[in-house]
Amino acid sequence: MPSTMPMPIDSDAGRPRLAPHVRLTFDPARQRYVLLTPETVTVLNDTGAAILELCDGERTVAGILTELHARYDRVVDDEVRLFLTDLLAKRRVEVSDG
Amino acid sequence: MDRPFGLLAELTYACPLHCPYCSNPLNLGDYCDELTTQEWQRVLAEASELGVLQLHLSGGEPLQRRDLVEIVRSARGVGLYTNLITSGFGLSPRRAELLRAAGLDHVQISIQADEPTLADRIAGARSFERKKAAARLVKSLGWPLTVNVVLHRHNIDRVDRILDMAADLGADRIELANTQYYGWAWRNRDGLLPSRAQLECAEATVRARRGRLDGRIEIIYVVPDYYSRYPKPCMGGWGRRQLTVVPNGDVLPCPTAHALPLPRVSVREHPLAWIWERSPLFQRFRGTGWMPHPCRSCGRREIDFGGCRCQAFQLTGDAARTDPVCHLSPDHGLVAAAVRAANSDTQPARTPLTFRPHPDRPVKG
Ligand SMILES: C[S@@+](CC[C@H](N)C(=O)[O-])C[C@H]1O[C@@H](n2cnc3c(N)ncnc32)[C@H](O)[C@@H]1O
Ligand code: SF4
Ligand code: SF4
Repeated sequence: MPSTMPMPIDSDAGRPRLAPHVRLTFDPARQRYVLLTPETVTVLNDTGAAILELCDGERTVAGILTELHARYDRVVDDEVRLFLTDLLAKRRVEVSDG
Repeated sequence: MDRPFGLLAELTYACPLHCPYCSNPLNLGDYCDELTTQEWQRVLAEASELGVLQLHLSGGEPLQRRDLVEIVRSARGVGLYTNLITSGFGLSPRRAELLRAAGLDHVQISIQADEPTLADRIAGARSFERKKAAARLVKSLGWPLTVNVVLHRHNIDRVDRILDMAADLGADRIELANTQYYGWAWRNRDGLLPSRAQLECAEATVRARRGRLDGRIEIIYVVPDYYSRYPKPCMGGWGRRQLTVVPNGDVLPCPTAHALPLPRVSVREHPLAWIWERSPLFQRFRGTGWMPHPCRSCGRREIDFGGCRCQAFQLTGDAARTDPVCHLSPDHGLVAAAVRAANSDTQPARTPLTFRPHPDRPVKG
């Protein structure tokens, strides 16, 4: 199953998506977006939520960056890459190439 | 006060298996007056309002509840992430499809070992092949699968083969959980506690395999607290992140607090929000004000919260003492003695194990 093999965000051509056991949802009690796994809750800020909503397995990292720049004034590309790399290491996100 | 993130719903203590490491309480028969479907639905709605995001459906064996599909549907209806924690025993293809359609998010199946003779001996029933079939069924329906294996003296030498099995089954994650000594496991502690040599060998295997399997299967390794210098931050702090509702509707800050000499509180008598915010039970060990010496002045008091109240009670008879697992605890000798016994040459390799029985229970749901 090569297409589901997680790999590092070492190029902007990868297509990130949430790992199968992960759900992104809005938490009405806390009024925040959260990322859920069976054992963890990650409370997200608005930028984090915006990035993850774009991780649909179709868009490339480059595509996500373009989209974010179109929506927000101050987007630091390396911070977005770092955010995704961290979630990749924690296996909340997977990346397929091609 | 924080809002809880997780609700552990122990739907029933009925279970077809007999694991001697089972953390369920010894007095299983006292929980047979189970909540009805409607009562659970109310609890789930109240939990969601209170801020709960994750629902863990467990037991006993949750598949023994005939209303499981309905409960899952209601949970998804109020927006909860739903996780089924099961032995896999009783997961027919039809049931699985219904659960999938109801929106169940994740399945965790526990398996006792990597081969049938040992696995069935530990489970106290022929179950290994059916568990494997259940795991394959879960994957074939496109669910994420976590395989859970509880580790102890009788299977910890097989971690390498256990990891192979989980990979073979297509598991996304494997949880290697060292036995925690509550309930039946507490009763069987001396027959379950592994030696230090066993543990070190298993941990070396986990490290090596993490490197090799990297990218395929996630390995979650739950450390054995008897061999740790510091206690586990039990439940992330008493009444801070999690709550448990047991089969008869009693609410507990942690799934093993049944035996603590504290006032009980039930969803049959109070709303969940009141229980979380105001009940004496949930306030008893919240924060740091209750702490004894040495925790009170310790730099780790907001990290591990003085450890586990149930373990303190079990070992010392006083739930308000420092968890004896901590090497700073004045009672640490109690844990050290158990560890010494597990490592002595005279430790009988076959300390007899008491298997968990079936509770007598009228079928609900
Ligand atoms: C009490 S069981 C109930 C669910 C189901 N009957 C099962 O065994 O999978 C919940 C989970 O805790 C694990 N477990 C049971 N006793 C344990 C113990 N003493 N220490 C650590 N994990 C334990 C089981 O393997 C299972 O994953
Ligand atoms: S006896 Fe085994 S299968 Fe049954 S509830 Fe306990 S741990 Fe789960
Ligand atoms: S003394 Fe108490 S707070 Fe400090 S490490 Fe030990 S258990 Fe934790």
